[in-house]
Amino acid sequence: MSFISIEDVYFSYGAEEDGQTAKNAVDGVTLQIEEGEFVAVIGHNGCGKSTLAKHLNAMLLPDSGKITVDGDDTADDAKTFEIREKVGLVLQNPDNQLVASIVEEDVAFGPENLGVEPAEIRRRVDEALRAVDMYEYREHAPYKLSGGQKQRVAIAGILAIQPRCIVLDEPTAMLDPVGREEVISTLQRLNREKKITVVLITHFMDEAVLADRVVVMDGGKILTQGTPQEVFSQVELLKRHRLDVPQSAELAYKLRGCGIGFERIPLTQGDCVTMLEEAMR
Amino acid sequence: MVRDVSFGQYFPGKSPIHRLDPRAKILMFIAYIVIIFCTFNFVSLGITAAFTVLFLVCSQISFKFYLKSLKLIILIVVFTSVLNLFYGSGDPLWQWGIFKITQDGINRAIFVTVRIVCLILASSCLTFTTSPTELTDAIERLMKPLRVIRVPVHEIAMMMSLALRFVPTLLEETDKIMQAQKARGADMESGGFVKRVRALIPILIPLFVSAFRRAYDVATAMECRCYRGGAGRTRMKQIHLSARDFVAFAILAAVIGGVIVCNILLTASI
Amino acid sequence: MSCVLELKNIGFTYGRGTPFEKRAVDGVNLTINKGELVGVIGHTGSGKSTLMQMLNGLLRPTDGQVLLDGKDIWEQPKKIRSVRFKVGMVFQYPEYQLFEETVYKDIAFGAQNRGMVRGELDEAVRKAAEFTGLSPDLLQKSPFDLSGGEKRRAAIAGVIAMDPEVLVLDEPTAGLDPMGREVLLSQIVRYHKERKNTVLLVSHSMEDIARVADRVMVMNKSRLVMLDETRKVFSHAAELEKMGLKIPQITKIIQELRGRGFELPESVLTVDEAFAALLPLLKKEGKIW
Repeated sequence: MSFISIEDVYFSYGAEEDGQTAKNAVDGVTLQIEEGEFVAVIGHNGCGKSTLAKHLNAMLLPDSGKITVDGDDTADDAKTFEIREKVGLVLQNPDNQLVASIVEEDVAFGPENLGVEPAEIRRRVDEALRAVDMYEYREHAPYKLSGGQKQRVAIAGILAIQPRCIVLDEPTAMLDPVGREEVISTLQRLNREKKITVVLITHFMDEAVLADRVVVMDGGKILTQGTPQEVFSQVELLKRHRLDVPQSAELAYKLRGCGIGFERIPLTQGDCVTMLEEAMR
Repeated sequence: MVRDVSFGQYFPGKSPIHRLDPRAKILMFIAYIVIIFCTFNFVSLGITAAFTVLFLVCSQISFKFYLKSLKLIILIVVFTSVLNLFYGSGDPLWQWGIFKITQDGINRAIFVTVRIVCLILASSCLTFTTSPTELTDAIERLMKPLRVIRVPVHEIAMMMSLALRFVPTLLEETDKIMQAQKARGADMESGGFVKRVRALIPILIPLFVSAFRRAYDVATAMECRCYRGGAGRTRMKQIHLSARDFVAFAILAAVIGGVIVCNILLTASI
Repeated sequence: MSCVLELKNIGFTYGRGTPFEKRAVDGVNLTINKGELVGVIGHTGSGKSTLMQMLNGLLRPTDGQVLLDGKDIWEQPKKIRSVRFKVGMVFQYPEYQLFEETVYKDIAFGAQNRGMVRGELDEAVRKAAEFTGLSPDLLQKSPFDLSGGEKRRAAIAGVIAMDPEVLVLDEPTAGLDPMGREVLLSQIVRYHKERKNTVLLVSHSMEDIARVADRVMVMNKSRLVMLDETRKVFSHAAELEKMGLKIPQITKIIQELRGRGFELPESVLTVDEAFAALLPLLKKEGKIW
């Protein structure tokens, strides 16, 4: 069985005014996430991806359908905290996730809640801060850090709980390019070296390209999914839903339309240059 | 602008003062406030001032920051000491119209100045050397007995620590909102009282809205990190009384003793 | 071309005379022409935000002069408020400035401060709402009931309604989804074209800048290091990368190919341009019929 299994989940945020029935924010989603995977979820604001994210650690419970994490049903009250230990959620605004006035004390917050022994907390905090490369800042005040640094501290705060999976809800939306780069490379490292499952919700296609699997959501449903190669090759579908594709993919798509037989759609700059060079020689 | 203020800030360090038990620091601070207002002659005032300086030196924090913390209240100090200077009783040493200066007035001015300055320095020393988490943690522990009469001690402490965490963030936010409204031509510098109060609306409403949104986010983030109240919680930084704290207590006890003895043996200066 | 804004040796130092003294902007000279759309790039802390805040007198330069229509804006410090109507400033995440009961009133706030009344005010508000793509039925709603993207538009409309000669936008598309970014950007371009007003667009997205800007200014370490036509600025890929700035992926791809000996332009800005440049080469190779 998959690590996280989402089966035919529906969810709506209660009835809207005027007596209309509210639209489902999540509208029949079935998705499996395997241990160790790096999954990117893309889609417009309001497509249901953030709502879905909150389902993965039992912050929200499905109206119908079922979600299991490591075999445990998220709807089972007795398992709520066990599930939150296994699946950590990082939110968009880094400022609002840091609860203590000192970096290391913030990172300690999670394990403290779990009642972990003090010496063990210390060890976990140091390890988590090293993993996100923020150890030198352990005694700093969070408000003096840059956006990227704050977000890495927020990730460390989740790591200290020692989850097996981290879900991030648009963690880079409020960051500058440097901060985005810091966060994404941290996530890639955690995924590769610590084998942590990563579910990255993002608007940025250049981030999604780095994932093992891309899930595209629209109107609460899964529009398509597959490897980045498979997903971004469907340039027309993505454009129709007004989603971005990398410029290299767009160019190759146009050239293909003129009859150039690219065997695949290039997602990176290097790949695109090589393919064009071959085509022109 | 707001970031320049050093009052209430924490400077991480490893000095003897930093390593004192925060509970000990709070208790000593309370005793210190009492004692500083019980100094009635120059010898006892001198003893407490010397004690203050000893602690400041031991904190190993640059005096620059202590001076900055004084800068904020310098006006109050000057104002009250001048007031005291002219309100003394006894024979005037100098007189000009209704203004007269007496020995008593001079003494009062000196006492008020030294007391306030010492108080600010000591409280700065406390906040400079104790992280907000340590402070609230210590308060939580000191108030523990109140749980018997159903005071939500943990919740109060958690609220205090969150408030301390978000003060700089909200100050920054206020600054941002002010700039944005000024850019829309909001006039905050002119007009009468009513107009000025009205001019605050475009700042206060967005500030409240954002504070509520933040509060909601923070609550979500805390839940995601398995927060479920004070029960079963452990702390990374253990606090316990050590020999160092008893040395500090002993010094303070000596100061208290000294002040009491001086008050009994010597005549009061004010 | 007449110039609307001129900066003469502008400098700004934060916390002058304190231990925290920091030179944020240093010796910037430039002129902005009437009706152009200038992109402003530079990484965080390069001084671009400080520079922008000096354009409408929110910050007073510690050195140098800001000339608006040839007049020093600080000539009469008491009248600085009038400059803020002429140089409209939209901050990052402007939706936090919304405060009125209705969207309409909020958009009208700045215009009213400028002294507009009745018919003129109403027209300014409705036009501003239209430019930012807010549908009229939203105007009587509370701004706090709008969606994130709508809030952003309402906030921008509030500045446009003041009818500024120069509009400065600091990262207007930050945090929006791809469609929101796309739509907002094209609305800004439309506003620029129809009103023929000057627009300064601060952005981290080089793709956006490449698509819409006539000229680009580059800030680095408190100094203005480049101000030139967009195409020329992006031809300096190596220098920009040294400053930690990326150029658009498509520009980079064509430059790489050019480096490998293909006859391609030095600097393309959009996918369409790249496509047009590649077609003849591919035709020559007989890959396209």
